[in-house]
Amino acid sequence: MAFLYALPGAIAEGLIWGLMGIGVYISYKILDIADLTVDGSICTGACVCAVLLGSGVPVWVSVLAAFVAGALAGMVTGLLHTALGIPSILAGILTQLMLYSVNLFILGGKSLVAVDPRANALWVHMSDNPSSILAMLILVTVVILCLWQFFYTEIGLTLKSTGDNPDMSRAQGVNVKRNQVVGLAIANAIVALAGAMLAQYKGSANINDGRGAIVIGLAAIFIGLSVSLKIKPNFVVSLIGVLGGGIIYYIVYNLVILMGLKTDYLKMLSAIIVTVFLAVPYLKGEYFTRRKSLRPQDMANGGGEGA
Amino acid sequence: MEVGKVLKITNLQKTFNAGTVNAKTALNGLDLEIKDGEFVTVIGGNGAGKSTLLNAIAGVWKPDFGSIEIDGVDVTRMPEYKRAKFLGRVFQDPMKGTSPDMEIAENLAIASRRGEKRRFVRGVKRSDREKYRQLLATLELGLEDRLSTKVGLLSGGQRQAITLLMATMNRPKLLLLDEHTAALDPKTAAKVLELTDQIVEKNHLTTLMITHNMRDAITHGNRLIMMYEGNILIDVSGEEKRNLTVEHLLSLFTQASGGGVVNDRLVLN
Repeated sequence: MAFLYALPGAIAEGLIWGLMGIGVYISYKILDIADLTVDGSICTGACVCAVLLGSGVPVWVSVLAAFVAGALAGMVTGLLHTALGIPSILAGILTQLMLYSVNLFILGGKSLVAVDPRANALWVHMSDNPSSILAMLILVTVVILCLWQFFYTEIGLTLKSTGDNPDMSRAQGVNVKRNQVVGLAIANAIVALAGAMLAQYKGSANINDGRGAIVIGLAAIFIGLSVSLKIKPNFVVSLIGVLGGGIIYYIVYNLVILMGLKTDYLKMLSAIIVTVFLAVPYLKGEYFTRRKSLRPQDMANGGGEGA
Repeated sequence: MEVGKVLKITNLQKTFNAGTVNAKTALNGLDLEIKDGEFVTVIGGNGAGKSTLLNAIAGVWKPDFGSIEIDGVDVTRMPEYKRAKFLGRVFQDPMKGTSPDMEIAENLAIASRRGEKRRFVRGVKRSDREKYRQLLATLELGLEDRLSTKVGLLSGGQRQAITLLMATMNRPKLLLLDEHTAALDPKTAAKVLELTDQIVEKNHLTTLMITHNMRDAITHGNRLIMMYEGNILIDVSGEEKRNLTVEHLLSLFTQASGGGVVNDRLVLN
């Protein structure tokens, strides 16, 4: 019974983190970059939105500003990587660290800024889960439609090929470095958008929001794709899958809390989920395919199969 | 540069790991001119500098010294992706020339905009699909009905054939083939070479093809250069190239290199 009460909240929050997962999907799956900027940029999105709302700026402007701030954060990581030759993982970590100071600056030195749901006509808030879910569904539909249109344009296709095969991309005249910067900007813009929604939903922005966000995003991706790839391996279905992964993650999250797990241990749980999803394909390849590869028919086809 | 010269390389030098005990001079003051319509085969042992030469032309890295002009434009300092507008490239590794997680049609769509401005319009339009279908049909591999197939599901030979299309569908000034059949089984390799000849012939492409196989180097193309220690040792074309045999080429090599040893893999091929 308690679980049923918690369900609408889990779905609303799951949709917010699923939206963030879509941002992570763009960097991790499409660009093939494990971008750690997101831990910072989701918080930046929350901070920008909360502070602007607090000074009476309309919701849509605050959300848009958060989106732009996220894009800038992604560009910083992209430029550290492409223009200064810093490995992408390290570039993300550096930006994440920079953003901690930036976020503190945005919050005016405080560690928490509250958003007053009565003073602002918020799009989402935990006091009204049904309309929060509706608002999130509208928002993610718009985001998915935009991404769908974009990634099938001439420019969008080269973004996909940039992550999939940079050698081929360069040989076909694609500016791989520029695409990485643009892709990271888009990814972090979406992550910051999720941050803006999170600040509204929770009614506050906290300097510690977003710690471990990348892991939740990856969990949403792995959970989602493990289902959606079986249905239809295309772009839109994958994005919807990631969204679903976020919801499932939050339902499980609420379940384990109801079962009495201390919230202190939840980060451990997230990390274990992601570890399992990362390890299983590897272990399968390592321990369960060796014998197969010795079959004569496989030897005959040796080298003919794709990567 | 006079009209009709597609490629002009002057005194090209490249040393890898310069200043260390592993220093290796890959190109040693190489000069090369290629005229419009020439199909040049390049042969040489391991470490002769063949791939280094091709990568220098493609802009994978910058040379230490010397200059490269393509179609009258000095590209020596031009980044790889910008030079791509002049060049069609097929790599030795069949996995390198195509994007595995993308559809055949999407790969072709990316190639169809090589050297042109990419726009915010749909990458694969319905009219494109018909065009790609006809193009794929010329390969005679049955790929024309598989436009929506992910390239990663295809065999190495099929992927190399598609790479060949992608390299040539926007007519390049110069086609660079880097041992593009070396990783394929003999039957597939022969098929891909045959396709190469067809495509080069049909589009009158100026071509530079690296091979490890002496016989291929002799039977294909209308000019043959043999590299040795980072430079061009033998350069034959016209009547002389047509009458060339493996034995003759080997004796030419021994003379020119002053008794150099041809590496095993070359002779065995």
